[in-house]
Amino acid sequence: MMSGSVVDNTVSSGNSSAAIPTDISGQILDLDEDDDLEVFSKDTTLTDGSSFNASMQTSPASMINQYKFEEDADTKDIFVTVDNPESHVTAIETYITYRVMTKTTRSEFDSSEFEVRRRYQDFLWLKGRLEEAHPTLIAHPLPEKFVVKGMVERFNEDFIETRRRALHRFLNKIAEHPIFSSSEDFKIFLTAASGELTSHKKQGPGFLSRMGDTVKAVAAAVRGVRNRPQEFTEMQEYVEAFSQKISSLDKVTQRIVREQKEYLEELKECGPTYALWSQSEEELAEPLKNVAGCVDRCCKETEEQVKNLSDHLIPVLHEYVLCADTLKMRNDLDKAEDRLEWANNALKSDWTRWQKVMRTDLRSAFVDTAERNVSYYEKCLAVWESFLHSQRTDAEGNGKVDFS
Amino acid sequence: MADSGSEDIAVIGNTDLTPSESENNLKNTMVEKGTSLLKKMEISVAEAEKRTGKNAVNMQETYTVYLIEMRPVDAASEGTNPVPDSLWRRYSEFELLRNYLLVTYPFLVVPPLPEKRAEFVWHKLSADNMDPDFVERRRVGLENFLLRVASHPDLSTDKIFYSFLTEENGWKETVFETGFQAKADSRLKALNATFRVKNPDKRFAEMKHYGDELQSVISQLLRVRARAADRLYGVYKVHGNYGRVFSEWSAIEKEMGDGLQSAGHHMDAYAASVDDILEEEEHYADQMKEYLFYADALRAVCRKHELTQYELEMAAQDLTSKKQQREELATGTIRTFSLKGVTSKLFGQETPEQREAKLKMLETQIEEGEELVKERNAECEEFVKSAWVDIERFKEQKDHDLREALISYAIMQISMCKKGIQVWNNAKECFSKM
Repeated sequence: MMSGSVVDNTVSSGNSSAAIPTDISGQILDLDEDDDLEVFSKDTTLTDGSSFNASMQTSPASMINQYKFEEDADTKDIFVTVDNPESHVTAIETYITYRVMTKTTRSEFDSSEFEVRRRYQDFLWLKGRLEEAHPTLIAHPLPEKFVVKGMVERFNEDFIETRRRALHRFLNKIAEHPIFSSSEDFKIFLTAASGELTSHKKQGPGFLSRMGDTVKAVAAAVRGVRNRPQEFTEMQEYVEAFSQKISSLDKVTQRIVREQKEYLEELKECGPTYALWSQSEEELAEPLKNVAGCVDRCCKETEEQVKNLSDHLIPVLHEYVLCADTLKMRNDLDKAEDRLEWANNALKSDWTRWQKVMRTDLRSAFVDTAERNVSYYEKCLAVWESFLHSQRTDAEGNGKVDFS
Repeated sequence: MADSGSEDIAVIGNTDLTPSESENNLKNTMVEKGTSLLKKMEISVAEAEKRTGKNAVNMQETYTVYLIEMRPVDAASEGTNPVPDSLWRRYSEFELLRNYLLVTYPFLVVPPLPEKRAEFVWHKLSADNMDPDFVERRRVGLENFLLRVASHPDLSTDKIFYSFLTEENGWKETVFETGFQAKADSRLKALNATFRVKNPDKRFAEMKHYGDELQSVISQLLRVRARAADRLYGVYKVHGNYGRVFSEWSAIEKEMGDGLQSAGHHMDAYAASVDDILEEEEHYADQMKEYLFYADALRAVCRKHELTQYELEMAAQDLTSKKQQREELATGTIRTFSLKGVTSKLFGQETPEQREAKLKMLETQIEEGEELVKERNAECEEFVKSAWVDIERFKEQKDHDLREALISYAIMQISMCKKGIQVWNNAKECFSKM
């Protein structure tokens, strides 16, 4: 057996000559240990239009070779955005819809551009359908229904914007997922007019099918992995530890936001105090007013920095907390059902893929946060440097100091 | 940091000034303005030490003493290093000196002492007088006080002040021998009494009002600043938790491990950096506090002027009433109501001899009264003249010092921002390696 490349019998032997993407070299070393693990490579013979129908999704054979490990921007052939929230009022209710725009070169789509409007319920439906169809795969979480207390908050601008970003991330995660993105439900979600979507939703098992079915399926897959106890334990341990860490990070970040807000409350009183003082002074009036202005500007920057944390870092951390919870739940399940062996591999590859995506997401979230912090300090620096400059110019102007 | 002439250049041109350097600049200002005392001698409060001893009621107490050093200026520049004259003084002796100066020069804005107890603290700082940070800041404050006095054109020539710096033993007795205590007590009593001046001097009234406002606004500023410092401390320290969690997280990751681990270190550094930042800010607060207490000294001068004026008015009033009495006695008419007048009406007039005796007494009193009014008037004029000169001097000093303080505050903020930029850039680099 070649090191790391065992070929599945159900696929043509032509696979042995298929190139193995270089970035899985690390995983190849791991796979060495186990005889019956497979390396997946992209087999273009199976990725034709015919694979895109609902029935194919549960066929094991078609699933095996559709994993891509390398997801370059170059090879990305579908782009999805969620924007433009609008409020709708009917006799019964008020709700928000979002514009979902799709640009794609995939042949199974009738056109290359689509624009539809969807509401939160529709996203929930989509997620449910995907989980039903692929109970063993890891789906990215959706923002929670209500994250703040009270009905009024639902239409708060910040809340809507935060939700919009989360929905955008959710759809993009699906679009980037090798299997989810080929789902018929996904295609319908992106392209169908509202009426069409409604009637499609009514078909089939429906997203209201009980959690129980999904749970059983997941349990079976998990049990399959349990046949390899060491791996299972590793994954379980990792998920447990990861869940703890990401929860801690979420809490720490929220704590930072709280502390920053309290700092801001106090800082807001400094500027006015300097301004008040300037009213009693003559010579000192100008520098005092100037300092008051500087402090006020720094307050604004601090306010923005807090908002950035809340709007960008916290939602991402929170999504991964939800992810980790979902993963832990899978691990906890323990029902005995028979399923096909292939589910193990789908699970494992998806797991590997998920880890990679997680790493990318969190890395960019933290890099983004660091950049914003640098920018915050740079802006404050400029504020105080301009104050110094003005004092220097002042002094020169008054003939007090010779800077030559 | 080398002296480059004007202190303004040093402060504005170099944004990396540390608190001790800006302290130096203040001293240089005082030396350059140069009283003859400071031209000859370098004064410093070099050290602080703990002592134990028996107090006035024979109980054990622990207190701190401060070492005052006097070094001839020439020696320093010649490069020779003779042993400086030095002596130890405790805070209460500084207080005694200041009280003496207050009573002896009521028309001067006497420099204040550093605070007796730590006020406007934010939670981290100990309010304990024995806390080493507090003692250190007090040492600096006491040195500052001595330099302020030594750089004052009038105060620097005072003999008691000079012997404070030079005679360790017997100084206290010397001070009490001046009899200032009695004056102090009577002044204090008079000042605490509520009195109303008929024709208040507009300028002094305005100054007093300004002193009130200054005191109020600086207090507010110090309060707000202390609360903000407390909060800022919290923000920075919580980031230390990132350090801990990143470190733990890196243990379970393969590719991300190194990036996370080093990012964690930067978070720890960020959390730790707040200690230095707030220590520097404390120095700024001390500068503000000095002027908070200066505001009080200013108000005291105004109040003393009011007292002087009141005493003049009282003497003038007394003289007027005595003159009126003489007139009544001489002409026999009673214009003012007096019990004597009534009883004399009821029980009969006085004899011509009695009247004569009374008149003579009154004349003497009137003479004395006129002398007193003349004296008090001169006192008042003298007070106003001297006080106003010193108030102008004080105003200039205050404008200069506070502007410098604001500049040094800006420099501190800049330094804090630069540190922040550095840390987060480093962290960003580590994160990108995740």
